[in-house]
Amino acid sequence: MRPSGPSVVPRGPIVAFFRLHRLAAIGGVIVVLFVAAGLLAPWLAPYDPNAINVQATLQPPSRVNLLGTDNQGRDLLSRVLYGARMSLLISLTSVGCGAVVGVALGILAGYYRALDGPIMRLNDVLLAFPGIIVALTIVSILGKGLENVIVAIAIVQVPQYVRLAHGLVLSVKDRVFVEAAVAIGAPDRSIIFRHILPNTLGPIIVQTSLLIPGAIMTAATLSFLGLGVQPPTSEWGAMLQHSLQWARLAPHVMVIPGLALMLVVFGFNVFGDGLRDAMDPRLRRMSGTPGGMA
Amino acid sequence: MAAYVARRVLAGVPVLFLVVTAVFFAFQLIPGDPARAFLGPEATPDVVERVRRELGLDRPVIVQYASYLRRLVQGDLGRSIMTRRDVSLELAAPFLSTVKLSVASIVLATVVGVLLGTVAAVRQGSAWDHLASIVALLGISIPVFWLGLLMMYLFSVNLRILPSAGDDTWRHYVMPTISLATFSLAFIARMTRSSLLEVIRQDYVRTARAKGAPEWRVVGYHALRNALLPVVIVVGLRFGYMLGGAVVIEQVFAWPGLGRLLVAAVGQRDIPLIQGILLLFATSFVLVNLIVDLLYGFLDPQIRYR
Repeated sequence: MRPSGPSVVPRGPIVAFFRLHRLAAIGGVIVVLFVAAGLLAPWLAPYDPNAINVQATLQPPSRVNLLGTDNQGRDLLSRVLYGARMSLLISLTSVGCGAVVGVALGILAGYYRALDGPIMRLNDVLLAFPGIIVALTIVSILGKGLENVIVAIAIVQVPQYVRLAHGLVLSVKDRVFVEAAVAIGAPDRSIIFRHILPNTLGPIIVQTSLLIPGAIMTAATLSFLGLGVQPPTSEWGAMLQHSLQWARLAPHVMVIPGLALMLVVFGFNVFGDGLRDAMDPRLRRMSGTPGGMA
Repeated sequence: MAAYVARRVLAGVPVLFLVVTAVFFAFQLIPGDPARAFLGPEATPDVVERVRRELGLDRPVIVQYASYLRRLVQGDLGRSIMTRRDVSLELAAPFLSTVKLSVASIVLATVVGVLLGTVAAVRQGSAWDHLASIVALLGISIPVFWLGLLMMYLFSVNLRILPSAGDDTWRHYVMPTISLATFSLAFIARMTRSSLLEVIRQDYVRTARAKGAPEWRVVGYHALRNALLPVVIVVGLRFGYMLGGAVVIEQVFAWPGLGRLLVAAVGQRDIPLIQGILLLFATSFVLVNLIVDLLYGFLDPQIRYR
């Protein structure tokens, strides 16, 4: 049985698009590899990422350990793969939650005039801080650890979605098909879900692809600061935390996790840029800034 | 113009008030007793109870909020749990240190970013353009703390030509400034390039060329002047966000700034100190935005009268 979902979009233009935007295609490949590495880490990893081997610490890349070992003799390739899994888990859940809450609030603020003021002013408060500061604050309230990091990063995403959805609703609300729906007496719920929400999805998807790299970076930053995912969990930022002290003996310990992080963020950035151009070149001005350090 | 200035200034006040309110109530959510946190685990229950009463923690939250506001207006941010000193005293020197680093970084990012973006736009499609694109793409993708680590490994550990910690001499500034500037530099270069490309095709640029103005004047005066308007906004926003980037960079380079203090305060759950730092961050951010708004209104008369 063939899936019937995306067949609405003809394949030709997509192929043509990526031929034109080679960078976006490269980004797409990186994103796919990252997702695959994250999902399949338990099967791809040659060793247990936390298995300590004091006989083989700080080994350079070799046939036994393709990317070498760290200061406790743990296999770096396995740790990088499990790190991808951790980044994937954190970024998808946090951006997903942030998107749902943010879009809901943004639509409410845009649709009901009475809610506009309170929601948007609160939003201004969150936007008055750089993302990493909001995340740090929330971690300081909730404590360290995986779940709290996800909550913190989700809250960082919320104002971005609120602002976007709010603007989109305001621009859609005056269109004829919404007026028509109001005129025939459609209930608010149906207007929001059947007429407004579908017309905001495109930019929201683009926004999501551009916010994921920021979420990955924020998670890594928190772990690097020792306030995020706690050791011995494999996480790229956490792997970099004490790497400088081993770098003299084994530079790969410092180079590899950072390279992985940069590659994935780069992939999402160029892929998101391409996606934005493909969806609608005019969105260049509307959707948020490219991800990375927030 | 005066009305415009007044309007922008007044717009910042409610945001700050809301920030203060949010910062106060957010920390009410913390489980546990602040008096216990203040005294440490050894204190006896009746001492804790007495301190609770002295700090006003036994009163209703709304009364505490009112007194918090009253003390804030008087410039009293409370006392740090870690050092037992007034928070406002704790913040002064680190704040100055962070501002110095941020200013150095934004200057570097703006100068190099605008130059790079301009060269890329003027020589569109050339090797310079490609170089600028690559720098811009890498700049927004590289983890700043990793860049810091790599530089430190190269220049402090291996070559031993730059100090790795502190803020005493200009040599201490080199690596933290570059690390902190990279993301903004890339951003500004991208923005300058696309903005200049739009402007360079305008009629008045063609007119300038037609009347025989030298190329540097066409680009530097006629085109760049208009193209830099959106860049001003980006520079301002980036400057605000630099305070955020500083959190990580200061940790890497042991820079005695506000970001490093915040990480320490979060680690120790020193709530009065965290609150003080957040309020200072927010105030600076609102101030920077205000300055950008005013600058923009000054540069573009259309905004003022909207």
